[in-house]
This record gives sequence, structure tokens and C-alpha cells, in this order.
Amino acid sequence: MFYQAIVFLPLLGAIAAGLFSLRQQNSAAIAVSVSGVVISFVLSLFAFAHVAMGGNTEIVSVARWINSGTFEANWQLRFDTLTAVMLIVVTGVSSCVHIYSVGYMHHDKAIARFMAYLSLFTFAMLMLVTADNLVQLFFGWEGVGVASYLLIGFWYHKESAHTAAMKAFVVNRVGDFGFVLGILAIFTLTASVSFDAIFADTASYQNAVITFSGISLPALEVVSILLFIGAMGKSAQLGLHTWLPDAMEGPTPVSALIHAATMVTAGVFLVCRMSPVIEYAPVALDVITIVGASTAIFAATVGMTQFDIKRVIAYSTCSQLGYMFFAAGVSAYPAAMFHLTTHAFFKALLFLGAGSVIHALSDEQDLRNMGGIWRKVPVTYTMMWVGSLALAGFPFFAGFYSKDMILEAAYGAHTSVGMLAFWLGCAAALLTAFYSWRLLILAFHGQPRASAEVMSHVHESPNVMTLPLIPLALGAIFAGWAGYELFVGHDMAVFWGDSIFILPTHTAMEAAHHVPLWVKLLPIVLATSGVLGAYIAYVKMPHLPGKIASACGGFYDFLFNKWYFDELYDRIFVRPAVVFGGWLWRRGDKGTIDYFGPDGLSALVGRLSARLVHIQTGYVYHYAFAMMIGVVVLLSWYFSGFGR
Amino acid sequence: MISSWPLLSVITFLPLTGVLFLMLIRGNEEAIAANSRLVALWVSGFTFVLSLYLYVGFDPEMMGYQFEERADWITGSGISYHLGIDGISMPFILLATFLTPLSILASWKSITHRVRDYMIAFLVLEVMMVGMFASLDMLMFYLFFEGVLIPMFIIIGVWGGAERVYAAFKFFLYTLLGSVLMLVCMLVMYQMAGTTDIPALAAFAFSPEIQFWLFLGFFASFAVKVPMWPVHTWLPDAHVQAPTAGSMILAGVLLKMGGYGFLRFSLPMFPDASEYFAPFIFVLSIVAVIYTSLVALAQSDMKKLIAYSSVAHMGFVTIGIFTLTEQGIAGAMFQMISHGLVSAALFFCVGVVYDRLHTREISAYGGVVDAMPRYAAFFMFMMLASVGLPGTSGFVGEMLVLVGAWEASHWVAILAATGLILGACYMLWLYRRVVFGRAEKPEILEMVALDRREVMIFVPLTILVLWFGIYPATLLDVMAYTVSDIMANVASDLSIQTVMR
Repeated sequence: MFYQAIVFLPLLGAIAAGLFSLRQQNSAAIAVSVSGVVISFVLSLFAFAHVAMGGNTEIVSVARWINSGTFEANWQLRFDTLTAVMLIVVTGVSSCVHIYSVGYMHHDKAIARFMAYLSLFTFAMLMLVTADNLVQLFFGWEGVGVASYLLIGFWYHKESAHTAAMKAFVVNRVGDFGFVLGILAIFTLTASVSFDAIFADTASYQNAVITFSGISLPALEVVSILLFIGAMGKSAQLGLHTWLPDAMEGPTPVSALIHAATMVTAGVFLVCRMSPVIEYAPVALDVITIVGASTAIFAATVGMTQFDIKRVIAYSTCSQLGYMFFAAGVSAYPAAMFHLTTHAFFKALLFLGAGSVIHALSDEQDLRNMGGIWRKVPVTYTMMWVGSLALAGFPFFAGFYSKDMILEAAYGAHTSVGMLAFWLGCAAALLTAFYSWRLLILAFHGQPRASAEVMSHVHESPNVMTLPLIPLALGAIFAGWAGYELFVGHDMAVFWGDSIFILPTHTAMEAAHHVPLWVKLLPIVLATSGVLGAYIAYVKMPHLPGKIASACGGFYDFLFNKWYFDELYDRIFVRPAVVFGGWLWRRGDKGTIDYFGPDGLSALVGRLSARLVHIQTGYVYHYAFAMMIGVVVLLSWYFSGFGR
Repeated sequence: MISSWPLLSVITFLPLTGVLFLMLIRGNEEAIAANSRLVALWVSGFTFVLSLYLYVGFDPEMMGYQFEERADWITGSGISYHLGIDGISMPFILLATFLTPLSILASWKSITHRVRDYMIAFLVLEVMMVGMFASLDMLMFYLFFEGVLIPMFIIIGVWGGAERVYAAFKFFLYTLLGSVLMLVCMLVMYQMAGTTDIPALAAFAFSPEIQFWLFLGFFASFAVKVPMWPVHTWLPDAHVQAPTAGSMILAGVLLKMGGYGFLRFSLPMFPDASEYFAPFIFVLSIVAVIYTSLVALAQSDMKKLIAYSSVAHMGFVTIGIFTLTEQGIAGAMFQMISHGLVSAALFFCVGVVYDRLHTREISAYGGVVDAMPRYAAFFMFMMLASVGLPGTSGFVGEMLVLVGAWEASHWVAILAATGLILGACYMLWLYRRVVFGRAEKPEILEMVALDRREVMIFVPLTILVLWFGIYPATLLDVMAYTVSDIMANVASDLSIQTVMR
């Protein structure tokens, strides 16, 4: 019951809150949803102690699910170290966000519905991380997608909000397409979808092939790449990232929980979970590394130019997810999970801090209309500093341990793609520090650019919103230091146990601890230069950015318009699909099938039976009658000698 | 004891007692209408309760047919009155008896003229549907199979929209063509096997050459009913013109006649031809999935959009059946039941707003959620079930079909899976345009919220869709033996043929 409670309490909270929302009993809805998640968090701590620290793996059967022939997917929960880490991250951040939302959504009449959605999301995410088979993981995967859809479109009056919600769902579906095919491929390969059965003897499938129209491809490569396509959708990797910035239309607590700390990391989790398979797929690993590294640099370049405070952080999330993927790609899964954990703390902190800023400035999100408020919101200001220091990877903050670990592992992999990832990652680290301090300076310093009216209302957020920031801030400061030995240090092998598998020939994790000194120092130097750059550009010489932007002209526009991905997709996929659909309907259904089929015939019949045309319902009886005549004629024909 | 009753016959013909009552009702127009509704609801409701015994008393681990009844019809001719159910027909009977009272409830207020005739048509329709699924004699099957169309023609033709005649006519033309060919094939089969008994025919070995032609004859009829591309164009028109309840039954049960026919006739009786034609059917089905999904994107009429989505979903069904794998067939069966519930609910969703605003144009709506929040929630749920969200019944069928399809051919699975993306596009877009946004038109703000009757229709559908999504064993277990039986027959027959060659 203990383990079921962790997963199902948030579901109960969501259902109860949903029912309360129908009766407009907001405080009851808040109480049940918050307590469900908080209790789940407390239980998760015990589970973490037992599973991750104690080295036990627990499998809990719940019920049968889809059984047909040899296909068997049951409701079954799996608690190993990988799950336990995710449990802490998910329930921990979710608890903070639930409490924060009580204050943030205070004025919203639909707060009960909001809390219900948040709890529903938490449940789906817990199903995802505790799944014992791929189909149940897919259940959680789609469940978080729906919760995200509901929450992005929470303010459904806004055109931009429900457009973004739909975009998020559809783009994720493109990824799901790969995920589902990956499940099918793995089932044909191993005759199972359960992790234990799949992982039991992965090495024996190394020579298995999957044949497409006569072309044989290595089965494990195909499986890994298909699953990675799913991960790309969920984790907003280059190509399938376009939904994430738009998802910022949702209320800010949603951005913190779903689009920063938990859901978007599901792809990284999936890759780590499938490490026993992916380890045998060298090409897939290289693909993951390249995609991850490209995303890291791409998103950082775009993040530099954006003016919406939430979009800057969203691109930063995208970029950090890229780091996690290239870590996984060089077989440094523990480093990826380590960064996932620390990132959850400081990114949630940044988002909630940004929410606090937005709240203080009467829902202003544009950095160009902020500034000069740091004295009025000291707590928020401090929190944003902590979050930015951790994100940029300054010494002894959380990001310092995890991001450097990733860069060192990429260097330590000693492969060409590893080196590519290392250098792109370093460049992204410079940009990360730059856009973080650009954000801090524009939002808090300089002359106030908001109207006097707005400025007179600037106030620090209430306690219910600032208190949840404290555990997150503590995480952003200490999580790296505290988790280092367990996640990626000496205790690594014992801690992860069987939950992560790394081929003995893949030594990036080990090599990461023995890189030259300059590799260890470079990220710090770059981060410092990034901060200095931002200081020069936005404090010392505030005219510089504009000059650079106009000097770069086309290149700046290219970055500012997010490399034109949205425009491109709109031209290639969206508009042609609608136009083509209309064409098929007019030319295919009506112009061809109907024209030569029923309409052609009807014209013929119409001419033959002109007399009956005026009898309105006569048609129906007429045809029924004709059918009967047909039967009679055929029967007579038969009995009159056919076949005798 | 109840088990000694001819239960299947009772369930099949019970609605006729309702017809009798309806004919006896006297009084003024108002009273007749009110009483007719009540009688029809009670009779169909009682039929449903009785049919539940078919589920309870069904032994899923028993081979062959259960609740069998047989009486000589034409002595010595091999034609008999033969009823019985197995794992593939029983769920359909329950689907039909479940949806009929809901459809009657759905027409409670929207049908105001000739109510008695309307209810008679629905009860007769129920007799025909249940009779068709329960028949184990080919001639009986044919009579019910064609008989179903007559009340449906009438429902569309009398209570339909402005262009009902065109729609009914189109429906008829397609159907007639298929029926005639099927009847010819049935006569040939009778002539060869000397019986119209379905189990006997399934055991009879038709030569592969004959199978080829027989398969095509039956295919002509079943493909129209499914409907498969390119003989699907009757469906959007029929749906648009049919009254809400007519659409619910049409999409919910009548579209399953084709799939059921494939499973009852084509696979067991013509296994060689089924294997031979499988690639051809894959092609048609994949075209259906992609083509009709794209066409659905272009629709401006809510009902047409959902009608086209039905064609796409039924494409999955035909793929599943002809993968000739256990998962594929079970998935197709599951998909049919699931689609029966979900599409009935979606058509009811359209009916609900149509009753209020009297238009099906998507652009006339927008912001409905403000006036009708509960409706928005039910619609959202059914929309997600339609796109195959895990945890709803829609997912289980699609997943199993894809598992079977991947086994049959990777490309079939890949192309069919694009339906997952396209389905999400048109359904979410529909939902967004109708429900989300700011309600600006005064008539939208004045729309009344769901009343108790409407909630009573949504709730059972929602519960079942959710239940089948979370615990599909309820259905999969009762089908499993029959499905593996069909599979075993097909496989053994094919292996014999291979040996002989």
C-alpha cells in the first residue's frame, strides 16, 4: 500500500479537487490537492531511503491491463534508484509548486480546476517514472502530455493560449509516433514490453536486424532511435522543440513544474531507463549526442535575443536539456540524471521567481518594460540570483557540479562527437551566463521602464509564494555538493545499482574524473566572461546591444525569429495539410468518387424513374421494394435450375 | 431457470413487444408522443438488462457457440433457425442493446413529429441489429443484415435534414451493389455445401479458386458497411442528414457490421483468399487512414468531420483483422467496440449543441465552455478517447492493431501510425474552434447548460470508455478464445494448403 500511495494519492487529490471545483468549493479543492502531493513527497523520502540508499528494488503489481496472446502489459510499479531519484524531484518540486500556486492563482476563480490539473499531472508523471513496462510508461507519457495541454490552455479565453496548447499536443504526437513504433519494434524483438524481460539479455540481440523493404537495419539501433524520437518530442530537442517556448502561455507555476523541472525531463529519463538497450546502439548514441549538443547551442543563441522573461528561461531549459542528452549520448547517464536533478531545483526556482516578478509588475512579461525594482522585491531578487548562479555553474552552486561533470564526461569520451559536444557545450555555457545576467539586469536594475501606475503597485509576493522558493533555493545551492558522491562520485556504482547500465568499454564517466585542469577551469572562465559581457552590454554601454543587433542585421533577425522553425513548419506541414485535405475532399470524394459513383448512377436512375421523383419519402420505400424484387428474382433464378 | 429459456430469441425479439404496445397507444398527439417515448425507453432498457445475462452467463473458456438455439426452418434443406453467440458476437449484442436506450433518450426532445413511428423504427432497428449478431444461419444473417437498413433508411429519410433524400439514396445505392453480390455468393455457397449453417460452412473447405470469388462478393458488401475507402462517401452525407440518435446508432453499431462480417465469414470460410487479399486491404485501409484524416481537416461541418474520422478509425479495424494475427484481430474487435462508444458520444456532443443553436457549422461556435462547462469536460474526454489516449478504450484497440500490423509488415504499422498524429490534429482543432476561445456571440452565451437527461447519456458512455481503457480484460478475456480459434483455423487451413502445393 505504501508504494501505491505515493503514486495514487495525487490522483485522489486530483479527482477530489475536480469534484470540488464543480461546486466552487475552492478551499477544499486546494486542501485535498496540496495534501495529496505533500504526503506523496514525504512517502517518497522513505521510498528513496529504502530503494536508493538501501539498494533494494521493489516491484508492485497493481492490476492486469492489456493482455492479448503473447502481448502482455500490466499495471505494475517499479521502484529502483532511477525511479527513486525521479520521485524526489517530481513530488518535491510539485509540492513547492502546489503551495506557490495557492498564492499565485489566488485571484483566479478557476483555482480549484487548476489545482486538480496540477495533481493530475503529478499522478501521470509518477506513473511515467514508476512504470515497469514501456506501455505503462507511454500511459504516463501521454498523461503528462494531456495535463500539459490542459494547463497551457488553462486560460482558454486567450487565443494564443489554446493555440499553444494544441501545438504542444500535436508536436508531442510526432514524437509519440516514434515512441509507439519503438515499442512495436522492441516487442517483436524481445517478445515482451516489460523492462526486466527486455533487459534480461540485450546483448544477444546485437546481431538482430529489422528489415524495411529489403533493407536490413540493426534492430537495437532502430529501436533506440525510434524511442529517442519520442524523447525529442517530450524534451523539446532541436526539430521538435517549437512547442516549448509557446507553452509559456500557461500560468507560470505550470512552466516551473511541467516545462522546466519534470515533464520535459521525461525524455532524458527514458533514455537512461533504456540504457541497457541504447548502450548496444553506437549510432543511436552518436545521434543523441549530436542532437543534444546542437540543441544546447541553438537554444542558447535564441535565448540571448528574446524579450519575454519566460521565453528566455524556456530557451534556457531547452538548452540545458540538450546538455543532459549529450551526457547520455556519451554514456554518462549518471551525469545526465545528476544535472536533471539539480536543474529541477534551480530552474523551478528561476521560473517561480520570474512568476513573482510578473506578479509584482501586474502581469508584465516583457523585459523591455521592467527594470529598477530590485529594492522593492528583495526576496525574489535574491532567489533569482541564486537560480542564475546555479544555472551558469558558478563554483559550489548546484549547476557547477552537474554541468561541469557533463562537459568533462563529453571531453573524457575521447570521441569526435564527444569533442563536438564538449565545445558546443562550452560555447553554450558562455551564452548561458550571458543571457542569465542579461535577464537579471534588465528585469531588476537600471531605470524603471514600467509606467508609474504599475511601479506604484510593485510589491514583494506573499509568504505563500516566497516560502516554497526556500527549499528550491537550498536545492539550487546544496544539491550539487550533497549529491556529487552518490550520483557521479565514488558511490556511483552502488547508488545506481542495476537501474543504469553502462558497457565496460564506455568509460566517459570514469575518464571525466581525470581530465586536464584546463577542461575543469574552462567552464568557470566562460561563465565569468558571460557575466562580464552582460554587465558591459547592459550596464556599462547600454547602447551596445542595439548597435550589435543592427550591425548583424540578418543574423540577429535569424536568432530573434528562433531560426525560423515555426515559419518553416507552417509552410511545409501545416498549411499544405489543410490545403491538400480540402483538395482531396473536393477533387477526390466529390469530384471523382461521387461523380462517377452514386451521383452518376443517380442521374441515370433519375432519368429512368422520373415519375417517382416527386414522392418525398417514396424514395426509401421504393428502394427497399427494389431490393426485395432483387431477392425474389435471384431466388427464383436459383430454384429454377441453377446448379442442378 | 433462466438458462433453459431461449434467451437469445427473447432478447432479439423483445423490442417487438414494445412495437406492439406502441401501436396500441391511443389519445391525442401529445399523449401518444409522451407515451411512445416512455414505452420505447422502458422496453429497450429492459432488453439491455436482460442482455447483460449474456455477459454474466458467458463462459469465456468454452470453445464454440453458447446460448445456442436451433430449429428446423425448411426441413431437409439445410436451412434452419439457428442462434448462438461466441466471443466476437456477444460484445456487439451488448453494444447494440446498450446504445439503443441511450439513443432513444437522446431523441427525447429533438424529435417532435411522428414520435410513435420514430420509436417503432428504433425498436425494429434493435431487433435487426441483435438478430444479425446472433444469427448462426447464413440466410437469417442475410435477412437481418439487409433488414437493418430499412429502419435506418426510414429514420434518415423521414426525420433527417434538408437533403435527407439524397443521403438516403446514396446510402442505398452503395448498399444495394454490395448486397446483390453477397447474395449471389451465398447462393453459390449453399449450392456447394448444401447448408446455410454458419459453423458448418466454416468447417467446409472451399477450394482456393472459389474462395477468391466468394471473398470478393462478400467484400463488396462488407467494405461498404465498414466503410472502406473508396466506398465511404455515403457515410458523411448519411451522418449529416441523420438525426442525432440515427448517427449514434449508425456510427455506433451499423459500421461494425462490416468488420463483424469479415470475422464471421471472410476469415473462417475463405482463409486463403483472406491471406491473398490482405495486402490489397492494407492499401485501402492506409489510404483510408491518411486520406480521410486529411479530408477531415478540411471540414467546416462538425458532423462531417466526425464522420470522416470514423472512416479513419475503421481503417485501423480492417488493418487489424487482415493482419491475421491474434493481437491484430483482438485489437480490431476492441477498436470496434471502443469506436462504437466514442463515436456515439461524439455524435451526441454535436447533437447537444445542434439542439441549442441549430447549426453544425464549426465557425458558428467558439467559447462554448463558458456557457456549458460540463459539456466541455465530456466533449474533451471523448475527444481524447478518439485520439487514442492511453487510459481510454481508444488506446487499447489502436495499440493492439499496431502490434499486429508491425508483425504483418513494418510499413503498414508505420503508415497507420501516422493516423495518431493526424487524428490529434483534426480532433484538437475541432475542439479548439468549438469549445475554447472567448464567447462573443450572444447566442453562445445564452446556451443552456447540460440538463439531467443529457448528463445521463454522457455518464454511462464515459464510465465505459474509461473502464475499458483501464481494465480492458473485461472485453479481451471474453474475446480471447474465439479470436485464437479463428486464428488457429486460418493458420491450419493455410498450412494444409501449403503442404498440398
